[in-house]
Amino acid sequence: MDHLPPVLSVRGLSVRFLMPGGRRVAAVTGARFDVAAGECLALIGESGCGKSVLASALLGLLPGNAQTAGSALLGDLDLLAADERTLARTVRGRLVGLVPQSPAAHLTPVRTVRSQLEETVAALTATRSRAALRTAAEAAAARAAFPADHLDRHPHELSGGLAQRAATALALVGDAPLLLADEPTTGLDRDLVDRTVDELRRHVDEPSTAHPGGRALLMITHDLAAAARIADRIAVMYAGRIVELADATAFFGDPGPRHPYGRGLLQALPDRAFTPIPGMPPELGDLPDGCAFAARCDRVTDACATQPPPGTVACHHPHVPEDVRA
Amino acid sequence: MLELRSITAGYTRDAPVVRGVSLTVAAGESVGLLGPSGCGKSTLARVAALLHRPDSGTLLLDGAPVRHWRHRAPRDQRTAFGVVFQQARLSADPRLPLSDLIAEPLRATGRGEDAPDRVAELAPAVGLTPDLLTRRPHEVSDGQLQRACLARALVLRPRMLVCDEMTAMLDASTAAALVAAVEDYRAATGAALLAVGHDRTLLERWCDRVVHWDGLS
Ligand SMILES: Nc1ncnc2c1ncn2[C@@H]1O[C@H](COP(=O)(O)OP(=O)(O)O)[C@@H](O)[C@H]1O
Ligand code: SF4
Ligand SMILES: [Mg+2]
Repeated sequence: MDHLPPVLSVRGLSVRFLMPGGRRVAAVTGARFDVAAGECLALIGESGCGKSVLASALLGLLPGNAQTAGSALLGDLDLLAADERTLARTVRGRLVGLVPQSPAAHLTPVRTVRSQLEETVAALTATRSRAALRTAAEAAAARAAFPADHLDRHPHELSGGLAQRAATALALVGDAPLLLADEPTTGLDRDLVDRTVDELRRHVDEPSTAHPGGRALLMITHDLAAAARIADRIAVMYAGRIVELADATAFFGDPGPRHPYGRGLLQALPDRAFTPIPGMPPELGDLPDGCAFAARCDRVTDACATQPPPGTVACHHPHVPEDVRA
Repeated sequence: MLELRSITAGYTRDAPVVRGVSLTVAAGESVGLLGPSGCGKSTLARVAALLHRPDSGTLLLDGAPVRHWRHRAPRDQRTAFGVVFQQARLSADPRLPLSDLIAEPLRATGRGEDAPDRVAELAPAVGLTPDLLTRRPHEVSDGQLQRACLARALVLRPRMLVCDEMTAMLDASTAAALVAAVEDYRAATGAALLAVGHDRTLLERWCDRVVHWDGLS
């Protein structure tokens, strides 16, 4: 994958919320990562660590009290600098397909899946005739494995799994090079989690005319099993910072995570030690000057009172040091 | 301590979601109830915790048949149970700061004067720091709110805990922390547990015994 330019290239992305009374919430700080065509990057971390804010920044969906810095290049376009008109006309749906957290909330309750798909096809493609819209909508449904005989149903008549597929079908209509999935499996059973992420993986791998190298997928999740199942690479977020970027096989297998936080997360799984990381994450409005994980870390030293240098592992004392791995 | 015999229950008479289900939880025992979502296991959990009246069947609590559910249940039976649900936000009054949320069952049973002591005792047990106790639900994360909901379930010192998908929305570390808090409480008090969920790995690691929904009726 090294020879291909990344689909998405994020550099120094920061988001601050300005709160009443002059308080500032550092929701995202200095995020840096790439996602290539045919690749799935899973962004993992505890709830409230800034994952959804990062996704909203990429889609230009932050509220008015947010300030951003840095860049997020999708081809030549900087998503952070784009105006609302560009975002609405060329980004959302066309360059970035959003698979939402709650499909039920994303689908319009009073209209059938078919009519929503046809409307999206008309909005995002050059298709115009009734017959062509119908065919294109059916093709979109088929791509997401949404059964044709359920197209005339309303969202409330669908199971959780089918609602998720309908939402995925909508996200795929514009044939965007980048898919963004924010917690696509929250609250689903394990079987349904597996099927949902397997389908997302299929959309990453499947070449299309517009994207012969496949699509890029940024999947935001707190479900480590879902990430392990489909991701090529893992980005671990803690207190608004990406503290580790790792190959998924190395992260979940041997040698395992290098940052103490990633290690702690894996050790909390019921098929591993099942021991929680002590304490709770710090408030994003009141972060310490040094490493934000220090209060919970078993490797902390005096050095940790200063911010660890940015890199693939933001830690003064990572597991598996560089020289051992070489 | 709890015995459900051929319970049939649901929301409309002609279409019960639970049909002829039997399940026993011995004193001090932890039982995991495993099943896919929508199968009716939450309804059964609510029957077991005296929150939902079954259409037919028998529920024995310490050998005595239960005759009344919900607010009509005798207080000593109702307060034998502590219940935690999946969606903390749906089960938390948005107007209450976390300390009042935790103390709610004390106030409801006329023991409001115990609130400061019990909240001070329970907050560290579920991993809540003092600054969080003055916040309202919208000012804390899902994980922090679920910690408060667990403290609320423990505040009357129940003899049995019913946890319905307690950790389904939570990250691995918060999930493990909540399970550890439940187990600390059980180790200290000998309380029994009915843990309902769809995650086999979790329930097998957590409980003495795991039963599958399909095997119950
Ligand atoms: N509109 C907003 N104003 C102020 N703070 C916000 C706003 N939206 C999110 N936050 C804060 O940003 C942080 C990160 O939130 P979020 O990205 O939703 O976390 P995650 O998706 O990782 O669970 C949280 O502390 C949250 O309270
Ligand atoms: S920098 Fe120090 S405190 Fe932070 S994770 Fe590394 S060892 Fe732990
Ligand atoms: Mg989120």
